[in-house]
Amino acid sequence: MLDLSPAEWTAVELSLRIALVATAFALPFGIAVGWLLARKQFWGKTLLDGLVYLPLVLPPVVTGYLLLISFGRKGPIGAFLADHFGIVLSFRWTGAALSCGVMGFPLMVRPIRLALEAIDRRLEDAAGTLGASPLLVFLTVTLPLALPGVIAGAVLCFARALGEFGATITFVSNIPGETQTISAAIYTFLQIPGGEAAAGRLVLVALAIALAALIASEWFARRAGMRFQGE
Amino acid sequence: MIVLAVAVEKQLGTFMLAARFEAAGGATALFGPSGAGKTTVVNVIAGLLTPDRGSIALDDTVLFDAAAGINVPPHRRRIGYVFQEGRLFPHLSVRQNLDYGRRMSGRPHDVKEFERIATMLDIGRLLDRRPRLLSGGERQRVAIGRALLMHPRLLLFDEPLASLDAGHKREILPYLVRLRDEAGVPMVYVSHTAAEVRRIATDVVRLDDGRVVACGGLDLLNGIDAETFG
Repeated sequence: MLDLSPAEWTAVELSLRIALVATAFALPFGIAVGWLLARKQFWGKTLLDGLVYLPLVLPPVVTGYLLLISFGRKGPIGAFLADHFGIVLSFRWTGAALSCGVMGFPLMVRPIRLALEAIDRRLEDAAGTLGASPLLVFLTVTLPLALPGVIAGAVLCFARALGEFGATITFVSNIPGETQTISAAIYTFLQIPGGEAAAGRLVLVALAIALAALIASEWFARRAGMRFQGE
Repeated sequence: MIVLAVAVEKQLGTFMLAARFEAAGGATALFGPSGAGKTTVVNVIAGLLTPDRGSIALDDTVLFDAAAGINVPPHRRRIGYVFQEGRLFPHLSVRQNLDYGRRMSGRPHDVKEFERIATMLDIGRLLDRRPRLLSGGERQRVAIGRALLMHPRLLLFDEPLASLDAGHKREILPYLVRLRDEAGVPMVYVSHTAAEVRRIATDVVRLDDGRVVACGGLDLLNGIDAETFG
């Protein structure tokens, strides 16, 4: 029934790769920012808080445009990356991963921050008296206890990245085989006469992936939760 | 011989702690009514609270000296702490909880010692359980074992029986007495119950309203009913 053409497969494979890379790169930053917001008082905290959630409220096209003027080849960050590290993001799938990561970031930070805020700090004190340095306390007590929140954040970010459209198409355009994700491909097929069948197939694929991600996250969350309940 | 010398001041809101006492080996009880500052004192000794002024010395090590700018962080003090509520790690099994201190210090596994302490506290059959499935008394025994297995230079107890019912209190007391006689680690024991202190302590420091009002032997408890501060 689902007889995808090679071009459609490419879009599916590209979407998955972009969403996975975006989530993997966003995760360490998400944990760090979630921790800062949950635990630290510092000058500019309100500003950081606002900046993190900005992509959630800005029109995606505006976020994409801001990425274009800063990470584009002529943008300040883009030029720096290209000159010093040979990294080019504009019109590449890596750029799509960046925009997807940025769009998914607020959804990732929120559950991580809430999970960190819910942890009983007295357990961390206990770990300290048992000889664990602050870093070891974080790795052996804080992070494992926050794991359900971390998983929830990663899944939300992945889902957002998979469906991202506006910021990505503005930043890296809609190039088949390079930056054309499922969403962009569906949009493109709907623009051409007779493209409904191809669009329909991709819609089914998008549905299947979304369902699989939800089931997987549910399973992970239950397993993580079980570890606190006992056998 | 003096093992622990404490002389600290700490302002906490409107409460002022100004405590000065010395403790020898054996079990020293910090005894006084609720709100006297007993928990604050043990938190200061453990390094979880930083005093405003004063000094703390354990054996020949200075743990804290405000004037000299010395403040050893909690994880380098090697002071075992048994909290009122146990504070076992919910995501680890009993065995992993007991083993936590050894893993953090990177010492090799000592099966004999592990078994000796597990036997002494009667927790051998609980090793593969999660803390949530333990009774209050079992939880406190595991907490005691966890503190012992980190090779502490000093053991702090903050009302370890307060959250237990009478039956579980009777269950734990003999283990604490055994610990005092067999473990060879000096103990500081916080309590507001005279009966408990009589069973466990060898010395008594009486605290009231943030100040040490008397230091001495068990005779300090003469004339105090079992539950005066209950």
